[in-house]
Amino acid sequence: MASTTRRVEVNRADHAKRNLWSGFLFGVGLVAFFDEVVFHQLLHWHHFYDKSTTDAGLVSDGLFHAFSWFATVGSLFMLADLRRRLAWWKERWIAGVFLGVGVFQLYDGIVQHKLLELHQIRYGVEILPYDLAWNISAFLLIIIGIVLLRRSGVAHAS
Amino acid sequence: MSHMHHEHGFDWMLLLPLPFIGGLMLYVGLLLATKRPWPLHRTLFAVLGTLSAVSAVTGPIAELAHTNFVYHMLGHLLLGMLAPLLFVLAAPMTLCLRTMPVRWARRLSAVLRSGPSRLVTNPVVASLLNVGGLWVLYKTGLYHLMQTNMLIHLLVHLHLFLAGYVFTLSMISLDPVAHRTSYRFRAVVFLLAFAAHSILAKHLYASPPAGVPLEQARSGSQLMYYGGDLIELVIIAVLCLQWYRAARPRTSYN
Repeated sequence: MASTTRRVEVNRADHAKRNLWSGFLFGVGLVAFFDEVVFHQLLHWHHFYDKSTTDAGLVSDGLFHAFSWFATVGSLFMLADLRRRLAWWKERWIAGVFLGVGVFQLYDGIVQHKLLELHQIRYGVEILPYDLAWNISAFLLIIIGIVLLRRSGVAHAS
Repeated sequence: MSHMHHEHGFDWMLLLPLPFIGGLMLYVGLLLATKRPWPLHRTLFAVLGTLSAVSAVTGPIAELAHTNFVYHMLGHLLLGMLAPLLFVLAAPMTLCLRTMPVRWARRLSAVLRSGPSRLVTNPVVASLLNVGGLWVLYKTGLYHLMQTNMLIHLLVHLHLFLAGYVFTLSMISLDPVAHRTSYRFRAVVFLLAFAAHSILAKHLYASPPAGVPLEQARSGSQLMYYGGDLIELVIIAVLCLQWYRAARPRTSYN
């Protein structure tokens, strides 16, 4: 049994990068799905199309839309691939998910909402508290991701 | 626009379903002739693909599509996306190659490997033909022309289907293709094509082709966006599944 555990550790180390990427991509897909379900369909804060939308915003939105679907499906096939190679490194994968969610949320909050002015989080309200909550939570998610990533490395080394 | 139907005495639109029905008959004929087992689900895909294409070019959807943008979009999804996907999954060329007499099969295989086939089944070319064609259709006067000129109407439908077919083929063909590009390359090209489709759908929401009422443009573009998502999701899943099988580890990891 000890040799099997050792083998799995070697497999994981060989696929460290792929574990992180698979989690990261899943995180990006997850946050996009969350955005569609919660902000578009349930709260109706976001809309299919905003009058203020610029061409650059439309392109960015379309690219992200396609990417998030691909990321969701692709990352799960990567996960299946890691599992059949006995190389799934759960801690590292979860760290990747946090980083994916956080990085995209920060991109959405800074680039899409503010720089490209694709849309705002909510309309008809004082937007600053929403922007702060959005970007600070994104920042916290990234921090959690980094901490988890470092801890997974430490656990592996010991 | 019923004048389109009656001014010539003969309704040319009745011809549109024939190639699909003929194709299905050929498929079934080959199926009866083949001596090797052929998976039932492939036949089912061929039948469903034919139904999807035929329902887009004739009957109530085709009729309403002349005047209503929402039905036009529904037809577009059925003929340009769903039917091609189902036909690709039916693997008709493989069935042909294994059933035909050797001499014919050699000839067909030479055609499949020829320069023109190589060109149109290149993912980049196929994507430009497919999504590029849609941008041309909706952003020039072509859409309006298609609703008034019968020949252009036929050609647009033909292009819509063929471009959808080579596009799907270039991404996830089960049939032999001239030169199979890498998974990574196909994934990137597919991503851009998918994005261009989504961008066009949202763009049409706000600036529809001339003559399309805003109400119809809104429902139609959302149908294009979310309906397209569903079909593209299946293509992504098949592409990933093919990668998953091809990337099967050769060595034991135990």
